[in-house]
Amino acid sequence: MNLIIGAFTMGLILSLLSLGMLISFRMIKFTDITVDGSITLGASLSAVLIMAGWSPWLATLMAFSAGAVAGMVTGILHTRFKIQEILAGILVMTALYSVNLRIMGRSNIPLLDTETISGGTEKLLQQFTGGTSKMNVFGWPVPLTDMAVFITIAIICIITGILLNRFLKTHFGTVLRATGNNPQMVRAQGVNNNTMVVFSLALSNGLVALSGALLAQYQGFADVQMGIGMMVWGLASIIIGEALVGKSSLGITITGAILGTILFRLLIAIALRWGLNPNDLKLVTAVFVFFALVAPYMFKSLSSKFFGGSRHA
Amino acid sequence: MLKINAISKTFFPNTVNEVGALNNVSLTIKEGCFTAIIGTNGSGKSTLLNAIAGTFIPDQGSILLNETEISAWPEYKRASLIGRVFQNPFAGSAAEMTIAENIIMAMRRGQSRPLRLAVNAAVKEEIAEKVRMLKMGLEDRLDNPIGTLSGGQRQALTLLMATWLKPKLLLLDEHTAALDPKSAAKVAELTKHIIEKENLTALMVTHSMQQAVDLPDRIVMMHRGQIVEDYRDEMKKRVRVPDLIETFNRVQKRELFDESVAAMLQQQYI
Repeated sequence: MNLIIGAFTMGLILSLLSLGMLISFRMIKFTDITVDGSITLGASLSAVLIMAGWSPWLATLMAFSAGAVAGMVTGILHTRFKIQEILAGILVMTALYSVNLRIMGRSNIPLLDTETISGGTEKLLQQFTGGTSKMNVFGWPVPLTDMAVFITIAIICIITGILLNRFLKTHFGTVLRATGNNPQMVRAQGVNNNTMVVFSLALSNGLVALSGALLAQYQGFADVQMGIGMMVWGLASIIIGEALVGKSSLGITITGAILGTILFRLLIAIALRWGLNPNDLKLVTAVFVFFALVAPYMFKSLSSKFFGGSRHA
Repeated sequence: MLKINAISKTFFPNTVNEVGALNNVSLTIKEGCFTAIIGTNGSGKSTLLNAIAGTFIPDQGSILLNETEISAWPEYKRASLIGRVFQNPFAGSAAEMTIAENIIMAMRRGQSRPLRLAVNAAVKEEIAEKVRMLKMGLEDRLDNPIGTLSGGQRQALTLLMATWLKPKLLLLDEHTAALDPKSAAKVAELTKHIIEKENLTALMVTHSMQQAVDLPDRIVMMHRGQIVEDYRDEMKKRVRVPDLIETFNRVQKRELFDESVAAMLQQQYI
């Protein structure tokens, strides 16, 4: 049970990463590697601020803003200075490595015995259960702390998902989604598509940094290396989510990204339990994403082999 | 009223690929006038349209729309005054988004985009009413992605979108060229209908002589980045397709003559 709650909590935290990448990767079709740096930025900044005695909520909010600034820089590099999107992301990601080291002052900050974002929920739960340290969930004793984290994060995720869904359905959000589809059309409707790209990347990386801030508080440390491969993880989660529930509407796409991330974390937890070497995790993920990306084409060419040539539209 | 004053544009200047796409072009189009631009491939007619739309900034000259100098405005800013339909039927709408969402974006062309929910029942009713006018049965499919429609249907919707808010100028860039003959005829008919009903000022590039004779009030012929012929008023009413083709041949012959004379002189003197 602890394993499952852990995987769920981790999945919910990283689903904010997936939601962020949903905006960049799926809505405006921007392959944004900044993510690897901005998730660490969120973690390191919130860790430093919490250690300095800030409220964890305020620290998390600051992490969101810092991530937004990072995304904005990537967007400006791409739109204003015409740097290719991948390269713009790599530049900011690389720069962020140094920025993160500067923020933390060293490569790792432990967050032990500090106030975290779930502190309030834990107190509430304690009152509810009458001061025990474990509570009963479907017959298993679960530490109150873990349960509090899980509940807090779940609430944050649900609120973020609902807000994002609402936002993308507004007039502004509609144009944002069209930007990835057809920038020429967006310009013809009187909207500066470059501004939309910069804004989207800011929002996207803000969510990613938010995810990083929660991750640091959950794991109990911020590490300068923690962002490596996060973009591929987010990608894998989005693909799993789409396979799971499809993308027939915006709400379903968003729900899919959250569910996909949770499922992905569960699969990883099971694989690790079965004896997968944690060092191989990123290789396995990369291979998985590779197959997920090429599978649709492979199926297409296979079926055309069997059913006689390419069909015209 | 659209007033173009001596605009010029050279692509790839000072290279072997240098192309003088527009050469000192001046054109004035009165309010409510529907003008066609015809010409050979590479004559600069689409370039002229793109110069007005703001795809690029001309090297020289000025463009005034309703007394406002717009030649330095970026493309998206000009969209507040200009509605556009492109040659590619897929260029004017966002494929993965629904018909309703696409139209809603056009309903606020050049205006602010507030953080209010875009699609609601009242707006959809308003859209359905106007879409019904197309007689394509699309009013029942407003929640389908626009990418599921045919080129002709999408082009008709793009035309509707471009004119939803009355533009000061409507630019049509060979908007029927990529369609099958039946859809092309339908879109052409719709074009005439909307322009007449709304009394729009419009500029249409076309390859079809028949269309140029049938639809507009005025025909401008371009060749090698210049305006070589201008049929208007009484002259336009009398002009027929053979006349246009004859003018074409004359213009091209004149050029052929120039070149052959140059070649002859070269042989003789060099």
